[in-house]
Amino acid sequence: MSGTPLLSLAIWVPILAGLVVLATGSDRNAPLARALSLIGAVAGLLVTIPLYTGFDLHTPAMQFVELKPWIPRFNVNYHLGVDGISMLFVILNSFITVTVILAGWQVIDSKVAQYNAGFLIMSGLLNGIFSALDGVLFYVFFEASLIPLYLIIGIWGGPNRVYAAFKFFLFTLFGSLLFLIALLYLFISSGGSFSILDWHRMPIGMTAQTWLFLAFLVAFAVKVPMWPVHTWLPDAHVEAPTGGSIVLAAIALKLGAYGFLRFSLPIAPDASHELAGLVIALSLIAIIYIGFVALVQEDMKKLVAYSSIAHMGFVTLGFFIFSPLGVEGALVQMISHGFVSGAMFFSIGVMYDRAHSRLIADYGGVVNTMPKFAAFFMLFAMANAGLPATSGFVGEFMVILAAVEHNFWVAFAAASTMIVGAAYTLWMYKRVVFGSVANHHVAELSDINGREFLVFVLFAIGALGMGLYPQPFTEVMHSSVDELLRHVALSKIQ
Amino acid sequence: MTLAEMQFQVPDLRLASAEIFMLLMACLILVGDLLVKDEKRTLTFVATQLTLIGAAVITFASSSGETAYTFSNMYVGDLMADLLKLLLYLTVIVILFYSRGYILERPQMARGEYYSLALFATLGMMVMISASHLVTVYIGLELLSLSLYAMVAMNRDSVPATEAAMKYFVLGALASGLLLYGMSMIYGATGTLEIPAIAERLYMGQFDKGILVFGLVFLVSGLAFKLGVVPFHMWIPDVYHGAPTAVTLFIATAPKLAAFAMVMRLLVNGLIVVSQDWQAMLIILSVLSMAIGNIAAIAQTNLKRMLAYSAISHMGFMLLGIVTGVVGGDARFALNAYSSAMFYVITYVLTSAGTFGMILLLARGGLESDELDDFKGLNRRSPWFAAVMMMMMFSMAGIPFFVGFFAKFSVLQAVVAAGHLWLAIVAVAFSLIGCFYYLRVVKIMYFDPPTNTSPIEAPLDMKILMSANGLAVALLGIFPQVLMSLCAFSLLRSL
Repeated sequence: MSGTPLLSLAIWVPILAGLVVLATGSDRNAPLARALSLIGAVAGLLVTIPLYTGFDLHTPAMQFVELKPWIPRFNVNYHLGVDGISMLFVILNSFITVTVILAGWQVIDSKVAQYNAGFLIMSGLLNGIFSALDGVLFYVFFEASLIPLYLIIGIWGGPNRVYAAFKFFLFTLFGSLLFLIALLYLFISSGGSFSILDWHRMPIGMTAQTWLFLAFLVAFAVKVPMWPVHTWLPDAHVEAPTGGSIVLAAIALKLGAYGFLRFSLPIAPDASHELAGLVIALSLIAIIYIGFVALVQEDMKKLVAYSSIAHMGFVTLGFFIFSPLGVEGALVQMISHGFVSGAMFFSIGVMYDRAHSRLIADYGGVVNTMPKFAAFFMLFAMANAGLPATSGFVGEFMVILAAVEHNFWVAFAAASTMIVGAAYTLWMYKRVVFGSVANHHVAELSDINGREFLVFVLFAIGALGMGLYPQPFTEVMHSSVDELLRHVALSKIQ
Repeated sequence: MTLAEMQFQVPDLRLASAEIFMLLMACLILVGDLLVKDEKRTLTFVATQLTLIGAAVITFASSSGETAYTFSNMYVGDLMADLLKLLLYLTVIVILFYSRGYILERPQMARGEYYSLALFATLGMMVMISASHLVTVYIGLELLSLSLYAMVAMNRDSVPATEAAMKYFVLGALASGLLLYGMSMIYGATGTLEIPAIAERLYMGQFDKGILVFGLVFLVSGLAFKLGVVPFHMWIPDVYHGAPTAVTLFIATAPKLAAFAMVMRLLVNGLIVVSQDWQAMLIILSVLSMAIGNIAAIAQTNLKRMLAYSAISHMGFMLLGIVTGVVGGDARFALNAYSSAMFYVITYVLTSAGTFGMILLLARGGLESDELDDFKGLNRRSPWFAAVMMMMMFSMAGIPFFVGFFAKFSVLQAVVAAGHLWLAIVAVAFSLIGCFYYLRVVKIMYFDPPTNTSPIEAPLDMKILMSANGLAVALLGIFPQVLMSLCAFSLLRSL
């Protein structure tokens, strides 16, 4: 398979499929649009499988590299490649796209073609972000991916969708504009290269590193999101349609964290060490404070949104401990969170489609009318709380272990979230699912159908499989993570 | 000087053959149109388009790629001029296609004058682009301006149009006065009106610095007025808003190319030695334009007015490319900076033409559709044209994969290369603010329900051209290299 441009296929197959779906036009052709979207999404997933099977575990170097000149005027190249850090996200993203198309199968009945096309194009753009090795190419995908999500939230979202869509777009754009200046600065000071790998090797003085680090921090902190720039996320989640929430939680939040690994740590290692305390502090605030905020939410989507912020706090914490266990734990946590939060949002979507409410108070005793659903929801709630044998446990455990080696009190603070996390998730679950049937809406609920069952099974395979046997996920990361940390340990100041 | 030396020289007419052809044809069409009946006015339209195509062929065929002067060094032909002229013809051709339906529905405008005035304005811009003498610059500029004043006032029963024309004329005359005064000062300081000779004398140090800088202030003010940058922007919103949309389309596109050429000829070709002085002035104008243009645009409910403020901010952004050419007397970055500005102007014209074209596309039955609310729910009425308009808006906002992103990108890299990091940060901060109102147009088209559900009726040629315009914005955003290197190459051969 060496000659096949796999990464290009992973990017352009979904985008082209999206354009084809767009061409089906009005809702008269909705069944055709759905079928084509599913074919496109599955094809997009299939082309990413060889990335895993053909992956060389023993090298930290970029694999499946494609390098072609794109804009020679500025030495910008169409430079793609994945290592052990980014490869899994390409597959995860393509997988999530399939579930999103399935999740919106019956629920979305207006402008079906545009909805599905939006997600397919988004999927291609996100794959582009994870595989870009050129600064401009990364940035272009990074910003372009805002457009489909803006439209998805704004067209198919809830009552306050316009506010949420604008807030989402402008917040993230604010971060990425400073990032653009940082890229241009690196371009000029590296003597005219936009290659991220060149920037990794380039010596940079401490002052410049600090400014670069801060510019990256703003861009990625907004995207992760870290406290205190997280406020766009609950709004976006609450207003977005189910599919939008799934992509947002499962993939879009990972972009910020991925950015830390690809830009902040290797380009500004000295500043990263210097300012690690700041990031760790922000992460702990996210873990603890946002955990408590999640506890008092009355809207289920908001609750899961806040829990996402807390979980992403673990990720940033893991990165800035600078130990292999921490970084790998954080990566596992990112992928696990992709499955679990996606499944949580899908569960809430399943209930919302039937009862048209996301308020916890409107439910109660759902287990009586939807037993199969309650079983799946239980599984994902447990995974969200970090129960052993689910994927949620592995990542958090690894990060906490790494934190103990780093500093006991940091570990202690982070571990406390195991309790808070269990509390808010399970308490919500108890109020929604258990008890007697709360009202006639709940009494009229019908259990999940075959399509929803299929989506749940897909998510469950991910969450359980990773929890029981994380080896296939972690083994591909080892050499890349080791290489990254070896690189970060070296000073770039000359 | 002996009699033998004073012999009359026949200027090299071939160099200016496109201008001569344009002049002849414009006069011919002006007179010929008198003999054409109203129902056969299509003839005038066709003749005008053929004239533009003919001029394009002549310009292309006579382009040698070398810099050459004629008419006693009053006229210059170089690669930059050829490229800008070709783009100018293309822009005017597109404008005329877009405006045709709009004009036919308005009896007072449905005359041949629109076409002949457009040709005279084009001729004026061609002269500006090829001017190498202060008087030539002025002649070209006046020919353009006078044609535009008349075009704005063409719908003569319309009160807003008449008011806009008055404002445009009075303020335009003032600006011409400023420019002329500045030119006279520069003549006083250097003793010549020829632009290359001015540069040479400045280089040799044979000039009076006090008078020169005094004149420079007036010159920059006049240029700023014509570009429409703050604080000389007052006319832009009123004229854009009040003029018939077909004329707004004209004012908002083609003259920007000529204005760029004028800035290049006067400031870069002529006054590069005192670049520190005019760069400092332009930085202030640029920052103010980005600030006021972007902030004021947020408050507008009329799309034409909003785009007017957006134009102010875009011209401010373009100036960033001009001010970063010379850093501390070092002109290493000049080519990079000026070609970025040129790329910015060209892509702005492309996008702006599409945006105003869309307003014309929606305006049917003699009514305007220039309020933001007229675009409500466009996605339900026509998903394709909503998508085209969305591409225009994202391009103007500078979001990839649309060409506007690479325009901003190339100017910003020139700014960062020149070491003005703070200027780049200011520029992106105002771009972020600007993003809000472009996003609002997308919101209105996509998130709001339509108030008018009638399908869009427009001539087929306009629909095709509009689609091509949208695709160009997207395709140039994916493959910007060709246009970028064309700009860089033409400037490399001309500077």
